[in-house]
Amino acid sequence: MRTIALVKRVCIQMVRDKRTLALMMVAPLVILTLLHFLISSDPNTPRLGVNGAEESLIDELKEKELKVIQFDQLKSPNQLIKVKDLDGVLQMEGDQLNLTLTNDDPSKAKLLQTKVMQAISTVNAKEQATNLAHFVEDIAQQQPNAPINLNQIKMPEMSTSYIYGNSETTFFDQLSPILVGFFVFFFVFLISGIGLLRERTTGTLDRLMATPIQRKDIVFGYLIGYGLFAIIQTIIVVFYATKVLDIMLIGSLWNVILINLALALVALLLGILLSAFANSEFQMMQFIPIAIVPQVFFAGILPFEGMPDWMQIVAKFMPMYYGGNALVDVMYKGFGLNDIKNELFVLLGFALIFIVLNIVALKKYRKI
Amino acid sequence: MTSTIELIQVSKSFGKKNVLKAINIKVDAGQIFGLIGPSGSGKTTLVKIIVGMDQPSTGQVQVLNTQVPNLKLLQSIGYMAQADALYNDLTGQENLAFFASLYKLSKEVKKERIAYAANLVELTPHLSKKVLNYSGGMKRRLSLAIALIHDPQILILDEPTVGIDPELRKSIWAEIVRLKSEGKTILITTHVMDEAEKCDQLAMVRDGEIISNGSPATLKSHYNINSLEEVFLKAGGEKDENNRIS
Ligand SMILES: Nc1ncnc2c1ncn2[C@@H]1O[C@H](COP(=O)(O)OP(=O)(O)O)[C@@H](O)[C@H]1O
Ligand SMILES: [Mg+2]
Repeated sequence: MRTIALVKRVCIQMVRDKRTLALMMVAPLVILTLLHFLISSDPNTPRLGVNGAEESLIDELKEKELKVIQFDQLKSPNQLIKVKDLDGVLQMEGDQLNLTLTNDDPSKAKLLQTKVMQAISTVNAKEQATNLAHFVEDIAQQQPNAPINLNQIKMPEMSTSYIYGNSETTFFDQLSPILVGFFVFFFVFLISGIGLLRERTTGTLDRLMATPIQRKDIVFGYLIGYGLFAIIQTIIVVFYATKVLDIMLIGSLWNVILINLALALVALLLGILLSAFANSEFQMMQFIPIAIVPQVFFAGILPFEGMPDWMQIVAKFMPMYYGGNALVDVMYKGFGLNDIKNELFVLLGFALIFIVLNIVALKKYRKI
Repeated sequence: MTSTIELIQVSKSFGKKNVLKAINIKVDAGQIFGLIGPSGSGKTTLVKIIVGMDQPSTGQVQVLNTQVPNLKLLQSIGYMAQADALYNDLTGQENLAFFASLYKLSKEVKKERIAYAANLVELTPHLSKKVLNYSGGMKRRLSLAIALIHDPQILILDEPTVGIDPELRKSIWAEIVRLKSEGKTILITTHVMDEAEKCDQLAMVRDGEIISNGSPATLKSHYNINSLEEVFLKAGGEKDENNRIS
């Protein structure tokens, strides 16, 4: 009954606060859209300047989706790279091949280097094959009687298949499930935390303690009140990500919503819990780098197996670790409810612990 | 007859600072009891302890023969805080309705009480405005209306008339006296001496101690002075002398 009164009040306040509402509902969509276009846009083809290389090598390089620009004479590679906006220069000097990489974007430089090496080895392989063929012909002419059975080595056909995703998969497809979960987590944390904080700083929380309201009524009132908005936000974000941005979703949409709701629940409770230790909105913001940002690192963006042992232990205490894994499992790998139920239970466990801690934290205001 | 409010040896300290020192108070039913003292003397701390919003460091508090804190008891207490604790983004009406729904009131009673309390503090025409746009005096009045919303047996008002113009102050006091005639018990804190005159019983607080108590008339005759203000100064002075001797 009293909880309902609180829920009603939270809803009225939220609906009146258009800015906060917009922050919660629209901001995640804007950020997701931006990231979507930033990350999944094709990297432009590397530009390689070439000087003195053989025709065969140049053909091979062109095969490798490189923009090859030939130069007849070459002064200094550095100068050329700057003037012509190249990503690298390949020079043939005698028998020596020199590759100069710009390396302003290391991942692009690595890619270019790999492609050049592949082209060189392909050319070498072809040359070797022709040499061998000539060699065989020569022998055949000199000893016409000897049977020469040199089977041409057939290049094995290779076809690639993918367990998860496909050849079109970009980094964004793997990243986006985590981002969807993280934005739900972040905005629910911030808004519910500041909501209860305002109640503390204006003295109304103290005033409530002079009424027969119970501490748990307050916690559940906030939980349900902000929870309603968290549900709406989750649904908007998930639908937008999967239907509008067309983020890869192989598993069930409902499982995605379920995981995000569990994350929102944890974020909401963590928000109101941490607000107990903040005296102003600014102090609430100070929790973001401490309590929220590290969660992203453990959510699956960075490979978990590569982390030091102690970091792997830390990860186990991060709600986003479970949420992120479950989301990648469902959206990218297409796992079902049964495969993610453990993660969901852990998230509910977090929620339960936070509910109890919240009720205890309110003891600061009234012992009963 | 048993007291409505009884404090036995109540002390309170925040850290090392002793804010209340062994306070004994008895408030009888149907009285207007005034706590008078300069700001910083500990009045707010004392009333918060009576309501149960704060714990005494030592000592006991009983209200209606029930040990404080007690949730059921809060149904019988109307509390007006010194600092207005209102929801600024809600209207006056919504503030009243919210607090009303925290008490067990039927829908009709709730509506009736909201209309009554708003009318009493002359806020009826402003009920649909957001509290954000209220003046300081209007906020005080809304706080008072909220304290009255559930028709409590005991009213605890922490400096209710601060920032309220003389005319409205007069009508608020008339209402306090009327509530008393209904048999309600009222505990009021103030630092204004002329308000103290209107109380049945007074306790003068200074530095967390009760330096003198009794009805205004007794206090005046005891010190042989006509104004309570002087009583306060004199009682404080005697206290200082005693302190010096002991
Ligand atoms: N939460 C608190 N922590 C520390 N000191 C406090 C706290 N609340 C009140 N005080 C101190 O207790 C003293 C009495 O304050 P208060 O009860 O508000 O006095 P009054 O209401 O008579 O003006 C003041 O000196 C004040 O600084
Ligand atoms: Mg005070």
